[in-house]
Amino acid sequence: MNPAAQTPEPAPAPAAPAISDAERAELRRQGILLTSIEELYNWGRSNSVWPLQFGLACCAIEMIAASMARFDIARFGSEVFRPSPRQADLLIVSGTVTKKMAPQVVRLWNQMPEPKYCIAMGACAISGGPFKQGYNVLKGIDRYIPVDLYLPGCPPRPEALLHGLMELQAKIRTQPLTGPAAPAHLRPGADGGECVIPDFGPHDLEPPHDPARWQPPRLIRTE
Amino acid sequence: MTAMEAIEQLHARLSARFPDAAPTVVLNPGPAAQHSLLVPATQARAIAEFLRDDPELQLDTCSNVTGIDWPEREVTETVRRTVTEPPAADAPPGTAPAAKVVEEKVRRVVPGHLEVVYHLYSVARGHGPVILRLRTGDRGEKVALPSLTPVWRACEFQEREVFDLFGVVFTGHPDLRRLLMWDEFRNHPMRKDYVEPDDYEWEPTPHDRILAQARRHYPVPPTGSGEPAPR
Repeated sequence: MNPAAQTPEPAPAPAAPAISDAERAELRRQGILLTSIEELYNWGRSNSVWPLQFGLACCAIEMIAASMARFDIARFGSEVFRPSPRQADLLIVSGTVTKKMAPQVVRLWNQMPEPKYCIAMGACAISGGPFKQGYNVLKGIDRYIPVDLYLPGCPPRPEALLHGLMELQAKIRTQPLTGPAAPAHLRPGADGGECVIPDFGPHDLEPPHDPARWQPPRLIRTE
Repeated sequence: MTAMEAIEQLHARLSARFPDAAPTVVLNPGPAAQHSLLVPATQARAIAEFLRDDPELQLDTCSNVTGIDWPEREVTETVRRTVTEPPAADAPPGTAPAAKVVEEKVRRVVPGHLEVVYHLYSVARGHGPVILRLRTGDRGEKVALPSLTPVWRACEFQEREVFDLFGVVFTGHPDLRRLLMWDEFRNHPMRKDYVEPDDYEWEPTPHDRILAQARRHYPVPPTGSGEPAPR
């Protein structure tokens, strides 16, 4: 038998080449809208990130300024500050989290529905900031809840908050809707994760941090 | 009238009015010259009411209440003492014993106590401040002081704060609860011997205390363990 006459195995179809932005714009000009569910879905939700109306300290003043006309967070679709955690997508931890306030912050986070995001705004929310060596300030909200974006500054200016929001939007846009990296509400059986609400202990919060979410940095000294 | 004359005048009036519980004047040698009156705790309420109601003083406003912790401390004082030395052996008989001034260092333990300071003003007459000090018996059991909240309502939250952070128990306070820390908290953080919870995490701050903490939390491994150096 002539090997050349043998019907070759059908080669796997090559993956469709990704359409460049220019080609897509050209198609759009011709009246053809090409997109994917994932892209459309993420485009929609990244442009309507509703923050929780919740402020803690001076960073909250900057957050309020960002929502007013001069900086105008409405340009990014986040002007709807929700007074209820049930309606919010984004928790901006804007300011110093005292140990007395920490359980309430974690409880608010637990009450928010998935998908939800958290911005630790300012030095205090990231690490305790200037109060790190004190006795009454939590040394970073990431000891209890997962933080998506750290926004440094003391306090960060409204432009910085807008930049942080844009970075968060970029993060949302690239989030896959399937697979292990999908948001928890789209993964069947995935526990969105009730965060541990700390108790008021006789000397400190108990536990002082959630060991499943945060561990102190490991360092080895050599001298 | 200088601050000194004012405090002396006030002290004289209070001593005449309360002969068995006269306050003591505590002088402030600094340029602020804010002298104060150390008031016996037993008569503090009566003295406070007198200061508020007296037509010449009319101290109607308590602007500030704060606490001070004085832990037990040891002071060394130099004491001069005259001693008479017996005459030397080879001295001629009949020599009077020589008097000599000797300086001695004496160590003395000052017991600890807590102090509450009230700053009083008169809005009606436009003068002030008059500063009152109240002292507890010690720092452990005898920490009760009379509350001045029934005299000046403004003291209420500030006395709660002093109770919270220093542990002074104000008898007669209408609502003595912790103000800043949570109710389950057991320490008094502004006391000098307060030890804060040890949730140290490494930070690049080259302060001595921080470095000592870092050495305790991140001990030097035994040599030759092959661990790489940080950074």
